[in-house]
Amino acid sequence: MDGFAVQFVSGLKTTVLLALVSGALGMALGLLAAAGRLSRWRVLSRLVGFYTTIIRGVPELIIILLIYFGGTVAISAFFGRYVEVNAFLAGVVSLTVVFGAYTAEIFRGAVLSIPTGQIEAARSLGLHPWQTWLLVILPQMLRIALPALANQWISLVKETSLISIVGLTDIMRVAAIGAGSLRAPLTFYLAASALYLTLTSLALVIFHLLERRFAVPGR
Amino acid sequence: MPSGPMFQQTLTPGIRAERIEKRLGGNDVLRGVDLDVRPGEILSILGSSGSGKSTLLRCLNLLTVPDRGDIWIHGEKLAIRVASQRGGQSSVTDHRQVRRVRASMGMVFQSFNLWPHKTALENVTEGPVLVKRIRRDAAADLGRHYLGKVGLSDKADAYPRHLSGGQQQRVAIARALAMEPRVLLFDEPTSALDPELVGEVLRVMAALAGEGRTMVIVTHEMAFAREVSTRAAFMHRGLIEEESPPQEFFSSPVSSHLRNFLASHR
Repeated sequence: MDGFAVQFVSGLKTTVLLALVSGALGMALGLLAAAGRLSRWRVLSRLVGFYTTIIRGVPELIIILLIYFGGTVAISAFFGRYVEVNAFLAGVVSLTVVFGAYTAEIFRGAVLSIPTGQIEAARSLGLHPWQTWLLVILPQMLRIALPALANQWISLVKETSLISIVGLTDIMRVAAIGAGSLRAPLTFYLAASALYLTLTSLALVIFHLLERRFAVPGR
Repeated sequence: MPSGPMFQQTLTPGIRAERIEKRLGGNDVLRGVDLDVRPGEILSILGSSGSGKSTLLRCLNLLTVPDRGDIWIHGEKLAIRVASQRGGQSSVTDHRQVRRVRASMGMVFQSFNLWPHKTALENVTEGPVLVKRIRRDAAADLGRHYLGKVGLSDKADAYPRHLSGGQQQRVAIARALAMEPRVLLFDEPTSALDPELVGEVLRVMAALAGEGRTMVIVTHEMAFAREVSTRAAFMHRGLIEEESPPQEFFSSPVSSHLRNFLASHR
């Protein structure tokens, strides 16, 4: 088990890095997608709607496999020889795509819950649309979206474990290897559970602090 | 009186709207309205709900873009691409112009529309800071001045949720004033208020009228319109059916619709 402590630490690092990178990229994608979905340009709005519907309707595991194998086929075709996609990269891409689709819907709902009168008031003063966005929409939207975002981040941390299926050495894969080689599945899977639970609890605490920080002033 | 676009473009300060049409949700809300507001005028627009008075007001600063018709603000014709015959939305073509024109026309809404995450003072200063590029500290002085003008010097740091409806609407008026606009548009400013709070808002508006500001007021407050305005207009089914100085308007209305309207609002 001793050797596996080191393995778990390295797996933990991979899991955290994967979650942070795909979470950050996914939120950026989600913001853009929400803006696109709310855009007056119908084609763009439909396209984004199509993206979020498809991604949310297909199991994450399949998306990961499609991106991993699809990516391998595409890149191999491009280079004219067999190139295997890096598992971490495939993980980042697939989790970003998934996280973007879910957060897009969260952000869209949050924007829609801001009374239009507040936006009209900004426009009536002569504010530029992006000034209106920064002054009125963004600060309130983030606060409204925080509880749902917290849930989504927790899901994301857990979904990183799926990337072990394509060979990424994260917490999950370390646990699976240990469980197999030392014939102690319960020990290893409980250890992995404890690690995931620690990460998700940490995420909850951070979001709790954020919610306090961004609470409606003066309430 | 001379009319026609060429003439008006150079000669008319204030507001001029010609043949404004707007269709909303399958209804012809505005059916070719003409409107003139000269500098220093205080025009009250009355009419039953659904007569198109709020929509007309919103067309003046293009929060609602008319389907047809021309608008001149301070002699400048607004660039609008009208809706095609086969439907589709009419739209603004010169966004820079629209922002400039909006900044010169303060608007006060029925539902106040303050930003809840900003203090009263911040609500007032954001416009001058973001649009007129006034420095924050100078804008704060400006903001305090206008909050004082609406009698809310002591509420600068209060958030909207801690203010009564009447106080919120006065902050909203200060927000419009801080842009130092040439025209003030009021869209039923007291309709969302409890009866006991209406007076404080009307008093502020009457004081502004006394300063010789140009104001267009959509309202249901008959007594206020009669005392404060220099002209009253009655809208009925998307047209201005009658307009006259308030004395005539209220004492000897010509149109039967206006007579019925006034009778039902006594």
